Amino acid sequence: MANIFSYSIGRKLLMSLSGLFLVMFLLVHLLVNSFLILDPLLGTAEGEMYNAGVHFMTTNPFIRIMEPILAGGFIVHIVYSIILTIQNMRARGSKTYASGNKTPDVEWSSKNMFVLGIALLSFLAIHIAQFWVKMKITGDPRLDYTVEGHNAYVLVHETFQITWVMICYVIGGIALAFHLSHGFWSAFHTVGLSNSIWIPRLQKISVVIAWIIGLGFSTIALVQYLVYPLS
Amino acid sequence: MSEKKGLNLTLKVWRQKGPKEAGRFETYSVSNISPDSSFLEMMDVLNEQLIVEGKDPVAFDHDCREGICGMCSLYINGHAHGPDEDVTTCQLHMRKFKDGETVTIEPWRSAGFPVIKDLIVDRSAFDKIMAAGGFISVNTGGVPDGNAIPIPKKDADEAMDAASCIGCGACVATCKNGSAMLFVAAKVSQLALLPQGRVEAARRAKSMVAKMDELGFGNCTNTGACEVECPKGISIANIARLNREFLLAKLQD
Repeated sequence: MANIFSYSIGRKLLMSLSGLFLVMFLLVHLLVNSFLILDPLLGTAEGEMYNAGVHFMTTNPFIRIMEPILAGGFIVHIVYSIILTIQNMRARGSKTYASGNKTPDVEWSSKNMFVLGIALLSFLAIHIAQFWVKMKITGDPRLDYTVEGHNAYVLVHETFQITWVMICYVIGGIALAFHLSHGFWSAFHTVGLSNSIWIPRLQKISVVIAWIIGLGFSTIALVQYLVYPLS
Repeated sequence: MSEKKGLNLTLKVWRQKGPKEAGRFETYSVSNISPDSSFLEMMDVLNEQLIVEGKDPVAFDHDCREGICGMCSLYINGHAHGPDEDVTTCQLHMRKFKDGETVTIEPWRSAGFPVIKDLIVDRSAFDKIMAAGGFISVNTGGVPDGNAIPIPKKDADEAMDAASCIGCGACVATCKNGSAMLFVAAKVSQLALLPQGRVEAARRAKSMVAKMDELGFGNCTNTGACEVECPKGISIANIARLNREFLLAKLQD
């Protein structure tokens, strides 16, 4: 049992479980982000629900415990993707086909998971620098304390007014959708929870979940930029 | 029978004298090839032409020429076993090509299958994986009655489908990761689905996967390209079964 990760299927198991864990995180993250556009829709004060959400996420003990585990999930997923990709390139060999690879019906994202992953990692670096670092380490004048805690809404709202930031977030969301559209069903396949009946079902569920999450994040950034300019 | 027009083709063929030599593409022309002939018959015509010219004929693997042995192994115009679906190279016919077309013929490419000569690659890695666990042990004695153990139709069908893998290596040749998972999955499945195969199932899954890793095949990323190019249409559902077999076996260690 202990040496399971020295097997190819064991290493893929790590990719699959860490990936599914990160999808859970994304769903929670998307839920809190959705408060950004729910406040105006529900008629609550601007940023009230969102700030309450952020307050909960930063003070709840369970979430505080999950934070380092989440970081661990990212590290495992990234480190193992690099290890597996290097091994796979080695296994493919140095000679490429002169006539190329014309296999039809192969999902584009499935062939480009590593490239999509690099794009997402670059996005993650920008994202962490813009929000996490400011909220947790350096602080920011826009985060003036309210009764409940941080006024994260102002920081988020103002950051999304910058055009290149908005474009980054929209592209990041789309890259995420492509990455998950293969990753989600593939994770189930790798742990063995799939068969000839469930492969097409899982693939469809995967596409739906991927685009809900990906376009969800993109839409929130876009709505912040277009519909709610700085008042 | 109406007279069909013969095909004139330009062939770009990979030539390599030995495993250590650097190879290169050579261009040949063949003319008046019958559209009814098979791809390997076209290769025979080319080789006869080369022998008449005093040149070294092109080395390529072939045996039964009826699509069941798994020996033929050419990568033709961007596809393992060429542009037709669910056939081996020997069952690919020249009617799939157009007159005047340039046909690129390459050996399987992957670190697990080194080139021996021209279009022949060393696929003994597959034999080593089979020797690691692709068998069942039976006691000698009287032959048991074939239908003594009832087996659900679905299991029998799926085992038979998996067993139709001829071990040609098209999956490895096609896979962007040079992974042998489809082959190993088929060979594990064909036994794991049947009661006779359950006895050694856990040991088999572990040792065949270990051997596959040891021989330098890549890690599967579920692109599904293998099942598209597989001449026997082996489903990647077998890969999910192999994952299941392996993980359950490892959990018991």
